[in-house]
Amino acid sequence: MIVDLMGYGAFFLSTALIFALITLGLNLQWGLTGLFNVGISGFVAIGAYASAILTTPETVDRIGGFGWPIGLGWIAAAVITAGAAAFTGYATLRLKADYLAITTFGVAVVVQLVALNAQGLTGGPFGVAFIPRPFAGVQAEPVLFNFANLAVIAGVTLAVYLGLERLSRSPWGRVLRALREDERAAIALGKSARSYRIQAFAVGGGVMGLAGAVQAHFIGFIAPDNYLPTLTFQVWAMLMVGGSGSNRGAVLGAIVVWAIWVGAGAFSAAVVPGDWQARAASLQIVAIGVMLCLILLWRPQGFFAPRRR
Amino acid sequence: MSLQFLLDGVLSGSMIGLGAIGVTLTYSILRFSNFAHGDFMAWGAYAALAVVGALGGSTALKPLSFGLPLLVALVVAMGLTALLALALDWALFARLRARGQSIIVVMASFGASMALRSLLEFIFTSRPTYFSRAIQMAQPVGLGIKITADQVALLITTMVLVTAMALFLARSQRGREMRAYSQNPALAQVVGIDVSKVVRTTWIIGAALACAAGVMVGVLVQIRPLMGLSLLLPMFAAAILGGIGSVTGAVLGGLIIGLSEAAAVQFIGGEWRAAVSFVILMAVLLVRPMGLFGVAER
Amino acid sequence: MRILDVRGLVAGYEPGLAIVKGASIHADAGEIVVILGPNGAGKSSLIKAIAGLVPVSGGQVMLDGRDITGVPAHLMVRQGLAFVPQTENIFPLLTVAENLAVSGGVLPRAEVAGRVGEMFAMFPDLARQSRLMAGSLSGGQRQMLAVARALLVRPRVLMLDEPSAGLSPILVQQVFARLAEIRQAGLTIVLVEQNARAALAIGDRAYVLVEGREAHEGRAATLWDDPIIAELYLGQRRAS
Repeated sequence: MIVDLMGYGAFFLSTALIFALITLGLNLQWGLTGLFNVGISGFVAIGAYASAILTTPETVDRIGGFGWPIGLGWIAAAVITAGAAAFTGYATLRLKADYLAITTFGVAVVVQLVALNAQGLTGGPFGVAFIPRPFAGVQAEPVLFNFANLAVIAGVTLAVYLGLERLSRSPWGRVLRALREDERAAIALGKSARSYRIQAFAVGGGVMGLAGAVQAHFIGFIAPDNYLPTLTFQVWAMLMVGGSGSNRGAVLGAIVVWAIWVGAGAFSAAVVPGDWQARAASLQIVAIGVMLCLILLWRPQGFFAPRRR
Repeated sequence: MSLQFLLDGVLSGSMIGLGAIGVTLTYSILRFSNFAHGDFMAWGAYAALAVVGALGGSTALKPLSFGLPLLVALVVAMGLTALLALALDWALFARLRARGQSIIVVMASFGASMALRSLLEFIFTSRPTYFSRAIQMAQPVGLGIKITADQVALLITTMVLVTAMALFLARSQRGREMRAYSQNPALAQVVGIDVSKVVRTTWIIGAALACAAGVMVGVLVQIRPLMGLSLLLPMFAAAILGGIGSVTGAVLGGLIIGLSEAAAVQFIGGEWRAAVSFVILMAVLLVRPMGLFGVAER
Repeated sequence: MRILDVRGLVAGYEPGLAIVKGASIHADAGEIVVILGPNGAGKSSLIKAIAGLVPVSGGQVMLDGRDITGVPAHLMVRQGLAFVPQTENIFPLLTVAENLAVSGGVLPRAEVAGRVGEMFAMFPDLARQSRLMAGSLSGGQRQMLAVARALLVRPRVLMLDEPSAGLSPILVQQVFARLAEIRQAGLTIVLVEQNARAALAIGDRAYVLVEGREAHEGRAATLWDDPIIAELYLGQRRAS
């Protein structure tokens, strides 16, 4: 019983840490650079599908069989997503911030559309299955499997966290922070400001793509329905709760919000009568939406960020 | 080859255009992109549905599929949607606007839109519903195009609404004040323009038109909680294509996008419809970000 | 009779960083009062603070016996105070006629058209271009439009921030001649100016503002020759 609970705990933490990874990427885009990305789900999907397509065995009527090792798939996912983010940034960052928001929204819509319809590439509504998992050998033992996965995911998250912390304290990071704080400095720097922002957006996007890939290999199959606006929304709530600008806040916020989400889901599943279950799910989202707005109004700095020096 | 898609394009373009007017006004006067605008459409449609139900159903005025109750419901729903927008502004947007960072207001609108949408799902479930199940006979009007009475009525309604809007902005005192404020907010205050009235009028017009668009979609297609979300990208694209701040531009942009979508459905396939707005949006941003009638940012 | 009475006004954009440091000026009905001073003295900030555009943290502004300190900018017009900013003082994408009408919101609806007509009668040049986009007007015409717009609402006091800025000497003469004419109608005018000579030529009284407060006050006619002004203004003794 305890062992099962621990197994579930490992599973919960694994999912939470994947969200934490996405939130870390968002923190780089928003917290450090002040860019509003409304299409997070799209970038996560790009990474997931990229890695899935490169690593899964061949199937009928879908490209595959490239046979890439998992690690390489993940790297490719990060690079490809970073490229997509760079293009998005390039197209919109010379304009007002709203345009980036609208365009990223569009990216998410189009990515979902492609995932759903380009069956030859993405498997359409059935998605991609049989995505190789890092510890396939121990799949038969769920608890061990969960812990092994958790170890990998925690390792990746830790590596990214440390890398982003380094980046944030580096001269590059300081320039981004300065740009975010002082719009006039940005205008004075002109072209290079834009270049810095595109870089930040791309790296953040790459992290999101990596998270998507990690999740794909964690679960073993992906479908377009995994990447809905709800995902974008959850990640924003996580960053706002945690404290934008802080990597530590991003990770803690992700774990806390995911716990609330899962908890609320379990609560309504237990308490709400059967035919109202679907409706209860909507109420979950309403609650998160209201929470997000309240945080923006009353505690925009979040809850887990270290005090400003 | 049937030219029916042209009519489809004009119809969907009208609905997109009506919604885009609200988006462009909100952006040029309140300086933020309102992600909850699509949800005003959905709430408007559901509000009208509720009023029609309260009025005891709608006996149709032949050959239309709707009757007087729907028209009454439309007016009432426009008022209710305007109230929703004003309440949202008071509770959320105005407070955040006062703090300065406009992108935070966009973020709040994103949060509000998810909450509004899911609230509709909670109340009405995600099942599509309709104002009327009556099948309409489509009359041929030449060039292989057939049109139903509903479609004619809605095209006329759109033209009336758009003309009224354009006249209001061009000729009325409040319309002048809105245009002035969007050009120079500081000077507008110096000149004695009451900003709160301008803001209020902007929300009322935007919400009322969004409601009208939502009811149109409800009459012609169906009503469902996500109806606003699927029109959000086309509306934004139309507003940007037309040029932020231009009502004519928003309508024209809507028509262009509607027709392009219809053409895409005809020649490429219905499943790629949603990509059309994105492609047009990217093209505008890369080539001429100020749109057709917009002014280059200061 | 004092129509505008400013006492010990303290104001600044940032709290704790006052630009206007306890300035006291006043204007009697029908006067033209000129405010001079070196760059950075706070002249613009002073009238902007009076007009409700710069946050006020101390002191008092009385208009016609009423306390209007800190009244928000858009309500100032209703109080009878009209302000013409130095730059960006017209709406470039509205026509000349619309620029005039847009400030008419404070008047009863029926009066607006009539007042616009009266402004056109007063400024025939503008009448000729009534349908032109205001953005295509020349500098001098814009200034006239801005003044006409301010006059439309029948203010008690008209305040102008450097009306000569960016204008050629001939245009400056024209603008100031117009201002002198307008005063005949019983209007009180307060203007901030860099071009001391032109302003003093039409002014009744003048203040010299230095470091946020009035350092000298006198009759305009004699101020130009007063050596004090050279010292405060230019920081040097002027050879007479």
